[in-house]
Amino acid sequence: MTLTWLDWLLMLVYFGFVLGIGVALKGKTTTSSAFFQAGRAIPAWVCGLAFISANLGAQEIIGMAASGAKYGIATSHFYWVGAIPAMVFLGVFMMPFYYGSRARSVPEYLRLRFDEKTRAFNAVSFALMTVFSSGISMYAMAKLLQILHVFDAPFAALGIGPEYIFHIAVVSSALVVLVYVLLGGLSSAIYNEVLQFFLIVAGFAPLVYLGLRDAGGWSGIVRTLPPAFTHAWVGLGSAATNPMGVDAFGVAMGLGFVLSFGYWCTDFLVVQRAMAADSMTAARRTPLIAAFPKMAFPFLVVMPGLIALSVHGGVVPIKVYEGTTTAILDALGKPQLDYDLTAPTLMLRYFPTGMLGIGLTALLASFMSGMAGNVTAFNTVWTYDIYQAYLRPKATDAHYLWIGRMATVFGIAASVLTAYVAAQFNNIMDVLQLVFAFVNAPLLATFLLGMFWKRTTGHGAFAGLVAGTCAAALHHGLTLPAGAVAGVKGGWLGTLSTYPSEMAQNFWTAIDAWTICFLVTVAVSLVTRPRDERELSGLVYSLTERPRDAQLPWHRRPAVLGVVVLAATFLLNLVFF
Amino acid sequence: MLDIRVPVAVMFGAMGALLTGYGVFGDQSIYGRSLGININLVWGSVLLAFAACLLILSARARSRRGDQR
Repeated sequence: MTLTWLDWLLMLVYFGFVLGIGVALKGKTTTSSAFFQAGRAIPAWVCGLAFISANLGAQEIIGMAASGAKYGIATSHFYWVGAIPAMVFLGVFMMPFYYGSRARSVPEYLRLRFDEKTRAFNAVSFALMTVFSSGISMYAMAKLLQILHVFDAPFAALGIGPEYIFHIAVVSSALVVLVYVLLGGLSSAIYNEVLQFFLIVAGFAPLVYLGLRDAGGWSGIVRTLPPAFTHAWVGLGSAATNPMGVDAFGVAMGLGFVLSFGYWCTDFLVVQRAMAADSMTAARRTPLIAAFPKMAFPFLVVMPGLIALSVHGGVVPIKVYEGTTTAILDALGKPQLDYDLTAPTLMLRYFPTGMLGIGLTALLASFMSGMAGNVTAFNTVWTYDIYQAYLRPKATDAHYLWIGRMATVFGIAASVLTAYVAAQFNNIMDVLQLVFAFVNAPLLATFLLGMFWKRTTGHGAFAGLVAGTCAAALHHGLTLPAGAVAGVKGGWLGTLSTYPSEMAQNFWTAIDAWTICFLVTVAVSLVTRPRDERELSGLVYSLTERPRDAQLPWHRRPAVLGVVVLAATFLLNLVFF
Repeated sequence: MLDIRVPVAVMFGAMGALLTGYGVFGDQSIYGRSLGININLVWGSVLLAFAACLLILSARARSRRGDQR
């Protein structure tokens, strides 16, 4: 499959519009509040689409299709058990504190509610995480474009060897994101995320349509694949009867509660989008509006994995050693499948020129929206929670605006560097993902206790966070997924028990970290002095006036939207039971 | 504030026009891989229709705002 002028032209149109939006917003970005918070003036539906799009990075798009091929339709638990209930909880219960406290970031909320040390802990770990994850996402996408070989011929015609495709992909996409974030700040990132959202749908919907037609529809897939792949819950009675190696409790508690609530309710990358909304009700509606399209996303991003397994005896490509055609074999001597190539392989299979241009643009769009999400979250936390808090507290607004722009340049440069480091070390991605799990899982307990139990103290929160992170490390160091060697996969302190899969180990590490953080925070809070209740108004549930929604029409009331979303999600779970 | 519906509509309008145009006038022998469906024509028309919807929504929102003033 080779690209023609039409594909290039379509990609060019996309680049033109993305940069154009940045240029159009440049004149409006003259204060730090406009740059970091989009002036808190964005309508709810725009924030809602940006909310999903910022999370739809390259890793999500590539990873969900890969997991679809590996674990089947149960992958949609990430959406139907994980994301959706967490988004409803964020909108109905947590947004009033984030938006109402006038905090400018999630770490800043932690300072208002607890103290400086808890904020510093969260700000520093979050800033590092964003840079790393945008770097890894960049690495994943550039690698993918290189392995697909679609760009080989056009670059060869220009006298550029295929080994440069990685560099060109990294540098050019980093530059585009840099330019539009630098020009328009958070508004530019958010408006572009809306554009990117529609583009991702436009690229994946026809893929699923053609794929399903080829597979003979959903019934065709059900006929060709083992039942464990086409039922989300049936195999979850025990860890031994499903490809994920997790039971229903592990899924509900580990994924549904700790990991998903931990991500969607406390990660500033997504929460920042809701905090940019133009009013409290708009901020609360943001995650709820986002939940509607999010519910349908498994059909776009997980389904390609099932299609690739089902059509023509399976078309997921075999993993080969780099630069060769020699297959990489697993422990049983069978060739391993390169699951990450699932979605793009289908694109190359079904899309003729023209449509292929849209498909590749959709991949680029997903990658850029994820990266811009990380970069805008990074520059805000760096400027407000590290620079203004500890390095230079009383500078002018213009100075912070300038620092924010510099942080954007620095953040992107650091991501590019991470992409190259990731290219050097085989397992750096595993290491970093581990660190994310260590940091994110305990944080949820801190927020839940902070928002809903007024007795929680700053010392308690900090001690809980540290203990939870250590507990995660300890659990990981003492357990191992079946078939893995001790090291980054776990067991570096000795192996007390083994899990059937990496995913099972992940879920249980998160559950452990959350529980320890919860217990330690409660224990330490009980023996330390609580804050004066008057200081906690607007920060804690029991001391804050409930937002009144009675005057709103029913379709704008967060609680009503939440119930509708949960009912629809429940139905989806039943249909694919 | 920028009404994002307009740039999104213009972009999808342009992409839809390119796809539809190629679907009608371009090489017809390339659709074997898309199971015999002229996916450029089909999807190009869908994108054009989507762009038109967004423009209508945006115009309605503008006139409603005008009424309020």
